[in-house]
Amino acid sequence: MAHHALIVDDSSAVRAFVRASLEDAGFARVQEAETGFEALRLLASNAFDVVIVDINMPDINGLELLAFMKKSPRQQDARKILISTQVDGSDAKRGTELGADAFLQKPFEIDELRSLIRGLLGSAEEVSG
Amino acid sequence: MSDPRDNVQEEFLAEAHELVEALSRDLLLLDEAYHHDTRIDPNLINEIFRSVHTLKGIAGMFGYKHVGLVAHALEDLLDDLRLGRTSVEQRLLDVLFDSVERFQRLLALEDPQSSAEDSGVQAYVAAIRAIGLQPEEEADDPLQRYAIEAAVLSVLTEYEEHRLRACIREGLKLYRLRATFDLTAIDDSIESLREVTRDDAEIISYLPSLEGGNEDSIELVVLIASRVSEAELKAHFDGRYGIVEPIAERTHLPTLPPRLTSVPAAAMSMAPQPGEDPGQASLTSVANSVRVDIRKLDHLMNVVGELALVRGAIDRTVNRFKAEPTHRQSLMDLDRIGRGFERQLAELRTGILDVRMVPLGQVFNKLARIVRQAAREHDKQVRLVITGASTEVDKLIVEDLTDPLMHLIRNAIDHGIEPAGERQRVSKPAEGTLALNAYHKGSNVVIEVEDDGAGMNAHALREAALARGLLGSEVSHELTRQEMLNLVFLPGLSTSSEITNFSGRGVGMDVVKTNVLRMGGIISIASEPGTGTKITLTLPITLAIIRALIVTVASRTFALPITAVREAIPYSPEAVRTIQGREVITLRGQTLAICDLAGLFGFQSSSGQEGRFVIVGSMGNRELGFVVDGLIGQQDVIIKPLGKSLSAIRGFAGATDLGAQKVALVLDAPALFAEYFEGSGALRSLGARP
Repeated sequence: MAHHALIVDDSSAVRAFVRASLEDAGFARVQEAETGFEALRLLASNAFDVVIVDINMPDINGLELLAFMKKSPRQQDARKILISTQVDGSDAKRGTELGADAFLQKPFEIDELRSLIRGLLGSAEEVSG
Repeated sequence: MSDPRDNVQEEFLAEAHELVEALSRDLLLLDEAYHHDTRIDPNLINEIFRSVHTLKGIAGMFGYKHVGLVAHALEDLLDDLRLGRTSVEQRLLDVLFDSVERFQRLLALEDPQSSAEDSGVQAYVAAIRAIGLQPEEEADDPLQRYAIEAAVLSVLTEYEEHRLRACIREGLKLYRLRATFDLTAIDDSIESLREVTRDDAEIISYLPSLEGGNEDSIELVVLIASRVSEAELKAHFDGRYGIVEPIAERTHLPTLPPRLTSVPAAAMSMAPQPGEDPGQASLTSVANSVRVDIRKLDHLMNVVGELALVRGAIDRTVNRFKAEPTHRQSLMDLDRIGRGFERQLAELRTGILDVRMVPLGQVFNKLARIVRQAAREHDKQVRLVITGASTEVDKLIVEDLTDPLMHLIRNAIDHGIEPAGERQRVSKPAEGTLALNAYHKGSNVVIEVEDDGAGMNAHALREAALARGLLGSEVSHELTRQEMLNLVFLPGLSTSSEITNFSGRGVGMDVVKTNVLRMGGIISIASEPGTGTKITLTLPITLAIIRALIVTVASRTFALPITAVREAIPYSPEAVRTIQGREVITLRGQTLAICDLAGLFGFQSSSGQEGRFVIVGSMGNRELGFVVDGLIGQQDVIIKPLGKSLSAIRGFAGATDLGAQKVALVLDAPALFAEYFEGSGALRSLGARP
């Protein structure tokens, strides 16, 4: 298995945290985007297995990225995880309608992220970490 | 299994501190807007919210329980604020300001879970929660006034939707901009788009669409709420970015599906816009200003320098033919053409310089905020008077000026201007005055920072310098008052807070001076006890052209920026003594180290030659005499960077064309000083290490 993931979050600490968790879970390739624009660039030229997107970002927000992925032929197989918080629970609901497969509520635990990814990719594919 | 958190803890602390700093900066802006009844920029509140929001998220992940609790409570409060459920008031500001210090303390804790902090944090969180909501009446939903596509509405975050409502309520009109962006440059394009709209409109959201895009570009549907007319908005955007069209207002209001209902898939694609012709629309662009990267102007200035060289080469060729009478008429024509070329070249040079100029008002506005902030921090009354805000100066200088001026202003308020009570006791108005004056003087711009405070204590400065060992006691008694005041620029003197307090000046004055010198400027102080202090900065108007002293060393020509030169004196070999292996001369009773440039550059020394000079250079509080073979004169020069292969060579700031077929290297005075003083000094200290 050579899973390819994209993390979109404007917090470098969150990106580092998620990256470490993904690499720990056996992901072969993890890319990061600090802004929605960077994400658009990467989404236009790569097919990802998992895309983890923060909802609240300046400029292009997580929902706009989801809407884009929904229409983008390259990302039809991508599993989409939306990072949200309590305050914008309604935003998260919008995310479901735009095709988010799962949610992570900030702050989240490593185990939460791991089990979520396991669930999304199917336990058969899991690489022990 | 390892915990990935261990490796990224550093990342967390770095980001958390950055967020708290951003929070602190933004709160000051908010406070200022509130106290001056100016419109509070919704973006500012959103930025504050975002800082706290991000901090809350990461604090939770990294086990900083208390930071998380405080951030969470603040986040709720700020969310209410940005969504218009509560408004800015003094109590709210106080609570927010408290948070900055509290975050800093909590982040510094050895044990982020420490229960010793529990009660303090709980009390603070209670104080935050005690700030009540002021629920807003919603008569009808303003969103219903417009026929906005469901696809656009479905991607709005709660905050964006709130801004959209607020804009409609304020009477702004909605527009849709469809524009295709090059993916590699989209960040810059969006930044410039935002810049264009800053005062006239608010950008609500960007919806990427798949139409008209590929791997290299993408089409965005940008939702804009505008204060200005459709025509003005079109002038900003059409052709440059894409096509603007108004979003239709509904004449009768249908019932919109409530927020959070599902959007049918069919609605996801953007409705086609009939009758659109991008080619035609692009002809209507009438923007009359453009933003330019200053490096492009530097490049143009270099091209002008190159052209001057070409012109020199033509001159040389023409001169070769001058001996032959048969070409007389043609040569006269060529001469005339050459003079015309020279004029146009000069005009081009002036034109480029002019483009680089920006009014000092830009930096003064920033400083006005610092004045209010510092006055508030010190509980003093300060009136700021600005003159000459329209005085223009090179963009690069404006940018480098902010920090030094900020220091000077803070010093004036911290230490110069007295508290109101004290001022009244000495029959001064309770409110102190801080003046920022700017004006042109020849090819320089002069900026004065003047206060009517207590003035500086020259004797205290002298005592402080003595106590720090920065001044010999025998010299100290011969100092004039002005020389004592200048001690404030000594590195090492101004770092001590106790000295700062009684000298009445100090924080980082050596740094200010260094920055000013780096820009090729000079700084001077005038201060009268009881009356006030005036600091004067004299700076070149542009860095692209400098005044230089042209000298010769071993038959080669060099240019030395005049700002580094104090004076030039004739060199007499018999006056040279050697102290600790270094050559020195005595100048007006002071020992001056000298350095033969020929020797420094490894040329054949011309020590026996007559008519040599010592150029006395000064940099900070140091002086050094450069021995040169001859002085040619002063000239304005354009510094051109040395090519890549030469850029690593120290001691030269670049090259310049002196006209008349001459090219000279420009000496980098700070680097020469460093080479002379610190070059060997650093080696000595290395050798002394155990």
